[in-house]
Amino acid sequence: MVSVPEIWKEVTVTENIIELKGLTRRYGQFTAVDSLNLAIEKGEIFGLLGPNGAGKSTTILMMLGLAEPDGGTVRVCGYDPVSDPVEVKRRVGYLPEEVGFYDDLSGMENLIYTARLNGYSANDARTRAGELIRRVGLAGEEDKKTGKYSRGMRQRLGLADVLVKDPEVIILDEPTLGIDPGGVREFLDLIVRLSREQKITVLFSSHHLHQVQQVCDRVGIFVKGKLLAVGDVQSLAAQLFNGDGRPVGSERKNYSLDDIYFRYFEGGVDHE
Amino acid sequence: MISISVILKEEWIMSNAILSIKAKLSHTGESIRHPFRVIVEKEMADHIRSWRFIILIAIIALTTIGSLYTALTNFSQAVKPNDPEGTFFFLKLFTITDGTMPSFTVFISFLGPLLGIALGFDAINSEHNRGTLGRMLSQPIHRDYIINAKFTAALAVISVMLTALGLLVMGAGLFFIGIPPTAGEFMRIVFFTILSILYVAFWLNLSILFSVLFRQPATAALSAIAVWLFFSVFYPLIINLITKSLEPPPTATPQHMIAFEQFRLVLLRLMPNQLFSEATTTLLMPSVRSLGPLTMEQMIGALPGPLPLGQSLLMVWPQVTGLASGTIISFVISYILFMRREIRSR
Ligand SMILES: Nc1ncnc2c1ncn2[C@@H]1O[C@H](COP(=O)(O)OP(=O)(O)OP(=O)(O)O)[C@@H](O)[C@H]1O
Ligand SMILES: [Mg+2]
Repeated sequence: MVSVPEIWKEVTVTENIIELKGLTRRYGQFTAVDSLNLAIEKGEIFGLLGPNGAGKSTTILMMLGLAEPDGGTVRVCGYDPVSDPVEVKRRVGYLPEEVGFYDDLSGMENLIYTARLNGYSANDARTRAGELIRRVGLAGEEDKKTGKYSRGMRQRLGLADVLVKDPEVIILDEPTLGIDPGGVREFLDLIVRLSREQKITVLFSSHHLHQVQQVCDRVGIFVKGKLLAVGDVQSLAAQLFNGDGRPVGSERKNYSLDDIYFRYFEGGVDHE
Repeated sequence: MISISVILKEEWIMSNAILSIKAKLSHTGESIRHPFRVIVEKEMADHIRSWRFIILIAIIALTTIGSLYTALTNFSQAVKPNDPEGTFFFLKLFTITDGTMPSFTVFISFLGPLLGIALGFDAINSEHNRGTLGRMLSQPIHRDYIINAKFTAALAVISVMLTALGLLVMGAGLFFIGIPPTAGEFMRIVFFTILSILYVAFWLNLSILFSVLFRQPATAALSAIAVWLFFSVFYPLIINLITKSLEPPPTATPQHMIAFEQFRLVLLRLMPNQLFSEATTTLLMPSVRSLGPLTMEQMIGALPGPLPLGQSLLMVWPQVTGLASGTIISFVISYILFMRREIRSR
């Protein structure tokens, strides 16, 4: 006889595609990520918003098994990246903070290499790479060596690289860094489109609140290794401004993320 | 309730199965390379196309030709009647010299480390500095594939190169002397080639270890070269100093003398180049029957003749295992360091 909680567990495994429980990472005395709890559902676009040094990149590294947690557990797509990193990486595309390519290879060749590492045959890899090059708007540049790419072009190629494996989840660490404003719009639109069309879950770290607000279904505010609040922009505002006596929405109908962000970072909200 | 759970589970398993099938089948039915092979192929291509490799090839080819030239011009003097090695004169191509130019084996023992170091010193750190390491490691491959594939690719390139050089020397010998090597000589040359590959592999692994340890390729290269210089220049000096001060007086008992000589050999054998040169000597000069001191008792009754190949191989076995264990030790250390490392971009 299987009990209800057990079934529930299986259901949640498929629902919460990323699940962090009590995740901790220390560097000597310094705690970079402090007992972090976070659950991200399948298909949502989640923004991890925080200032420099908040621990965003560290958290992301632990989700991919590129850093080992000092405490707590991570589950991504139902796998533990500590014990099963390959299964996680089969399903998760990751764009590092500063993405690098083999400068002496062309954009196309770089993508083909990634595709072949993901088990594509030589021909399929070429087709797939060509498709993605077009998709991220690099058509015409594919035969240029990546050493000669501009910052924004690299970033686009990075997105293509992440999509090569046909991922269930993509994790982007400050992906809009160095892209021009028009490019940022396109880039974000592309991410939203992918997420909606192919049900890809997106986790996206940034310190640009406007970008996060534009695209994210939910936002986590992350400061000094701690997640201070999670929710969509309006409910975050509710959480935040409820405490100081003002009825939510009575003075302003819509809070923007700015209000929330500055409230946390500059307004000196007493954490805990 | 059971059924819901079972269905969920089955769906889960099914989706996994589909994923793995998707990964294995391609539309065109072409075979799919294992990611490890993909990395090895790329690394080999990188090596072969690099300037570094072309320069190394040029250096080594030139020195080989130089040593071949001296060997061939001195060949007639080197082959003496009544020489116990007389029947092995083909092997002399690898070992003779007129004093102006070192022999082929000496060149290998000198340049081999350089070759190994040159192909390994930036294996991991350059990937890290370019920011490609994080990207590679977020692909569905085991972390050790990268380090193993880099080692395999460099070793493959080195093996091809050293085999080609061995064949070149043999071919030239055949052409200028006109007598083909005997089967025994040929086997000795094959084993010598394998030994050289192992020797270069030792230096390759050491430099890969430094490439894991140091973020700057220049630091890694310099440290590896420092180790090489230490062993080829300073260590023999240090041993000389130590053994000079401990040398037993001429009146000492033979046991004492032998113990001292053995102690000196132990010190010497901590050098990888000593192991290599002892092993090459045994392989290419079949009359060598001991690498340590021999007592009169052991000498009495010994016929001055070449050792059979099997015996020579038995004799070099300790040297070979010594080199192999050195290789494995540096490999294991770099493996442990690399597997546990946090990979941040740049
Ligand atoms: N190897 C390390 N040793 C010591 N401290 C480290 C190490 N790596 C990171 N840290 C510290 O951990 C904290 C979190 O770093 P992390 O890179 O996760 O921040 P971040 O939120 O990604 O910042 P940014 O927005 O600047 O990218 C920082 O304070 C950083 O100094
Ligand atoms: Mg960061």
